[in-house]
Amino acid sequence: MTETARPIIQIQNVSKRFGKVTAVDNVSLDINAGEFFVLLGPSGCGKTTLLRMIAGFELPTEGRILIDGQDMAGIPPNKRPVNMVFQSYAVFPHMSVADNVAYGLKIAGVKGGEVKDRVAEALELVKLGGFETRMPDQMSGGQRQRVALARSLVMRPKVLLLDEPLSALDAKLRAQMQFELSELQEKVGITFVTVTHDQDEALSMACRIGVINKGEVAQLATPSDLYEYPANRFVADFVGSVNIFEGKLTLDEPDKAAVDCPGLGKVYLNHGVTGPHGADVWVALRPEKIYLHVPGEGKAVKAAAQDAPDGYNFARGKIKGMSYLGDITLFEIELETGARIRVSRPNLSRHDQEDFTWDDKVSMHWRADSPVVLLG
Amino acid sequence: MAEQDWKTNRRVFAAVSLPTLFWIIVFFVVPMAIVWLYSFGENKGLTEIDISGTLDNYKRATEWLYVTIFGKSFAVAALVTLICLIVGFPVAMAITFAGEKWRPWLLLGIMLPFWTNLLVRTYALMILLGSQGYANKGLGALWEGTSWVKTLVGLQPLPTWEPVQLLFNNFAVVFGLVYVHLPFMVLPLYAALDRLDRSLIEASLDLGAGHFRTIMRIVVPLAAPGIVAGVMITLIPALGAYLTPDLMGGTDSQMIANVIERQFKKANDWPFGAALSFLLIYAMFALIAIQSMRRKVPEVG
Repeated sequence: MTETARPIIQIQNVSKRFGKVTAVDNVSLDINAGEFFVLLGPSGCGKTTLLRMIAGFELPTEGRILIDGQDMAGIPPNKRPVNMVFQSYAVFPHMSVADNVAYGLKIAGVKGGEVKDRVAEALELVKLGGFETRMPDQMSGGQRQRVALARSLVMRPKVLLLDEPLSALDAKLRAQMQFELSELQEKVGITFVTVTHDQDEALSMACRIGVINKGEVAQLATPSDLYEYPANRFVADFVGSVNIFEGKLTLDEPDKAAVDCPGLGKVYLNHGVTGPHGADVWVALRPEKIYLHVPGEGKAVKAAAQDAPDGYNFARGKIKGMSYLGDITLFEIELETGARIRVSRPNLSRHDQEDFTWDDKVSMHWRADSPVVLLG
Repeated sequence: MAEQDWKTNRRVFAAVSLPTLFWIIVFFVVPMAIVWLYSFGENKGLTEIDISGTLDNYKRATEWLYVTIFGKSFAVAALVTLICLIVGFPVAMAITFAGEKWRPWLLLGIMLPFWTNLLVRTYALMILLGSQGYANKGLGALWEGTSWVKTLVGLQPLPTWEPVQLLFNNFAVVFGLVYVHLPFMVLPLYAALDRLDRSLIEASLDLGAGHFRTIMRIVVPLAAPGIVAGVMITLIPALGAYLTPDLMGGTDSQMIANVIERQFKKANDWPFGAALSFLLIYAMFALIAIQSMRRKVPEVG
């Protein structure tokens, strides 16, 4: 992130309607120069429409979009200082790699020698040096994507837009490209705006994430804030895995709070919530923040959970499901109340997965700063 | 299921393919072979043809008169194809980029003429283009109108309207052939353009190209297979056109098919007609061969 946050893209009260369908509903957000911004949301949430409005392929029904302070109303895509990497890459199949990358430069009237230098430089940047004469049908999907990246980056746009850039790659390549895209973005210093439905992708690459739901911004935050401090149930549930329990706020003071959940029991927190007393709230608890114990460890558990000022966070249950995922094991536990809770446990040693089995009675605890209380 | 796989079961395969094979052999291969043999024969009396293996018919076909008619047929067919391409490409683009609601109707509009007999369509066009037809009436009305406006502002009126000769000349033949063959051009173009990945067009715009440049550098090259298909499917029937030049042409606008028809009917010279027919067929084969030898264009998408 840059020290001085200067907005390069300003989206102001933008709505987009297709007939009766509202794809984007009164969205306002600023994207800062030099940051890697990710629009995250389920399919059909309007995030791609938002990106296409920045590129100029769709026009906002209401509101306005400013790029580098300039209102984009009436400016066609070929006149905007942004370039896009398409989901299908859209590499021109009848042109060589070099011709693809040079396409925009030639139209911009860049001289022959400079075109050659800049094409070579751009291909080097995406690690495709030496591929100049290849035709797109002789390349893999990952390589074609690099061509599309080079073709956009060579234009030195103010903003690079990427529409689901990794969705067509296999899992290994996707993980590698996540790192490469972040690296590339730092190297060239161009603002990247990426659209994705994949939360891992968003968390690993973004400086900031805008979560979009039903055409509205659900939350705008850094990856860790999004995960650790979700603003609402949608974000908590969409980003990562979470247990959500409904409850009533029974205690709310500056340094402590308690929520009475019929499903989970009383949940204690070591900070205030600032919600109306007795309000209906939801408690979100991530599976990895719950410690699992075999019965008999009770006293140690209580001691460990003593960080809550007013009680301790503790529950008992029975293992109803287990899935061993290698690095972690995921447990589905039936609580004494009948509700179910998901707990994940890292396999720190080679034998950790042998500690528990189906129908084992277990107890759990979690720290008083782990649950997140959600008001909406 | 294996027993239902007709590809591996020869008897089933034979049973399925036999009627088609029979049809092709009896009604296509055999008659063509007979005509091919006739082209090496000579007339002996009114109905008798002696297949003597002579090449005289082919020699006669190289006479200047017939070479010019062949040449003219090619020129007319090429011109018709070119006009169809120039007119058809924007039409195909318009259909491709029309809204979902409109596209089936526009395609129906292109196909509709196929449902009408060629003869009926040709006569309809002749009624339109005749000296008393709507085209001439419309032009006449414009002429009279201009004349009236001129007198209104105090100028000399135009001379009296003389109907333009729109029929029975080369113009009428080209016009009629374009009219008949346009759908053959539009449909393969539409098929190629419809397959085109829209994001390629958007990518071109995104990289700074205007609409015209995007069409010339992205759309046209990628529609090349459709253009070639459209050209072939227009050029070959246009080359063998018979009805249109016969009905709409003048005395100097006969094409090779009209000459062939005359050999079989009026001149009663079947061997020479057969030789001309096969020369036309060879020319078409050559066109198809050239087309299939072209470098393969990379698949779109």
